[in-house]
Amino acid sequence: MLDELYQEIILDHYRHPRGRGELEPPKITQEGFNPSCGDEVIIDLRVEDGRISDIRFHGRGCSISQASASMLVEAVKGKTLEEAHQLIEQTLALVKGEVEADYAVHGDLVALAGVRNFPVRVKCATLAWHTLEEALKQASAEAVQET
Amino acid sequence: MMTTRFTLDAREIRQQFPFFQPHPEMRNLIYLDNAATTQKPYAVIEAVSNFWAYHNANVHRGGHGVGAKASELYEAARGRVARFINARETAEIVFTRGTTESINLVASSWGETFVQPGDELIVTEMEHHANLLPWMRLAEKRGARLVVWHITDSGTLELDQLRKLLSERTRLVAVSHISNVLGVINPVAEICRMAHEAGALCLVDAAQSIAHMPVDVQAIDCDFLAFSGHKAYGPTGIGVLYAKRALLEEMPPYHVGGGMVQTVRWDRLRWAEPPAKFEAGTPPIGEAVGLHAALDFIDSIGREAIAAYEHELTEYALARLQEVPGLRLYGPREGRTGIFAFTLEDIHPHDIATVLDSRDIAVRAGLHCAHPLSERLGGPTARASLAIYNDTDHIDALIDALHYTRKVFGYAG
Repeated sequence: MLDELYQEIILDHYRHPRGRGELEPPKITQEGFNPSCGDEVIIDLRVEDGRISDIRFHGRGCSISQASASMLVEAVKGKTLEEAHQLIEQTLALVKGEVEADYAVHGDLVALAGVRNFPVRVKCATLAWHTLEEALKQASAEAVQET
Repeated sequence: MMTTRFTLDAREIRQQFPFFQPHPEMRNLIYLDNAATTQKPYAVIEAVSNFWAYHNANVHRGGHGVGAKASELYEAARGRVARFINARETAEIVFTRGTTESINLVASSWGETFVQPGDELIVTEMEHHANLLPWMRLAEKRGARLVVWHITDSGTLELDQLRKLLSERTRLVAVSHISNVLGVINPVAEICRMAHEAGALCLVDAAQSIAHMPVDVQAIDCDFLAFSGHKAYGPTGIGVLYAKRALLEEMPPYHVGGGMVQTVRWDRLRWAEPPAKFEAGTPPIGEAVGLHAALDFIDSIGREAIAAYEHELTEYALARLQEVPGLRLYGPREGRTGIFAFTLEDIHPHDIATVLDSRDIAVRAGLHCAHPLSERLGGPTARASLAIYNDTDHIDALIDALHYTRKVFGYAG
């Protein structure tokens, strides 16, 4: 069970995070924080023509929270807002054990399915995804203002 | 491995706890999260169960015998607490929901009445939020100044530092008896004496000490002392505020409602005498009965014996933790109890806790409701904390699992 959680994929993203850093403005910034453990994920993104044209994350926390953020950045870059929403839903369902892990559907994100056996860690895996959800709300609000 | 002879047989004590008996639905867990809450012995569970089954009635109200019996049991619990901490009189014991409520009661009732703008409240850097946030909020509300008594790099408090911080504006020193992160035992009697010399009061948070060493409010000479039942083998939802009688007399009620008044007329209110004055509404009666049984359980082993055994176990754990490469332990080497906050290499404490959990070892990880202290220490830590039913086998299992954790995260040897 532990091997399922700490598989290569997670440890690799933790040690070599993709897209770690900050974007220059203009950008949307959203901070996610878990007060009980101190995990922190901050997502910077830019939306152009309805797509997430660039995205970075920074923050600090456990391997699961940081690897999850790294995987998120890799997975949503270039996606439309609509596609990003779908990906959030899919991933949250995967993490909570509501759907079976399927590499054809989830890609590398299947690695996050390991947390379902460790209920206290679910919030570590979901932190980045909830943060992205909030960031997309900001993006939608800005889009409405511009039109 | 050391060949110390231990003064107590923890296996025998575990026989008194259902949590440690084989059960089809339960893992055989090594429980090292006792600073968060302790497990409950049969004696406590049965006392609570018997109360709900056979003696349940409201207290100080009923026109019937079962109500009188419930009141008797509730007041007997209060008497037991008074004897346990050596209070001068039973009226100095106020039942609350826990340490947090006890301290909020003082901050709200005493604080908002007697703390004036410009007054100073001294809190230590190692306080749990329960003994920190009430004072931060009080300072904000009353325009008082919160003065932080910083810890040394080894995680102790220096009395010389306190001497510099005390002033004629100091109204209160709030300090934990034992830190829930560093495990350090603070010299509370000395701190109270210094506070009194400066004309201030002293509140002691005894949440982490009450079940682990003798606590004598007259010897400490604290003005207030707070603790919870559930960290002392008792139920949740019951806590104690000890306060000197004279203070309880002059403090206004915290909550108002049933059971805490003598006279209620449209033009006149007269509060009940302490402790009833501070116990509005139906109190946690079954929980108080459970606390009574918990204190009996503790004294059946003896607090000196508990302190001595836990000290031996602490020494053993300290020696063995040092064997683990890359392990950094917080808090002092001496003058401490069995609460061990640590980090391991650069492995995040949450990951440590999960790997230990997979080995059926329960520890806590995170900021331990002490954010300023955690920040001072450099971030979250993992924490193993001992109680009377732990033994060297548990420590050995912890050490093995920490070696295994290093392996999972790719550290050699």
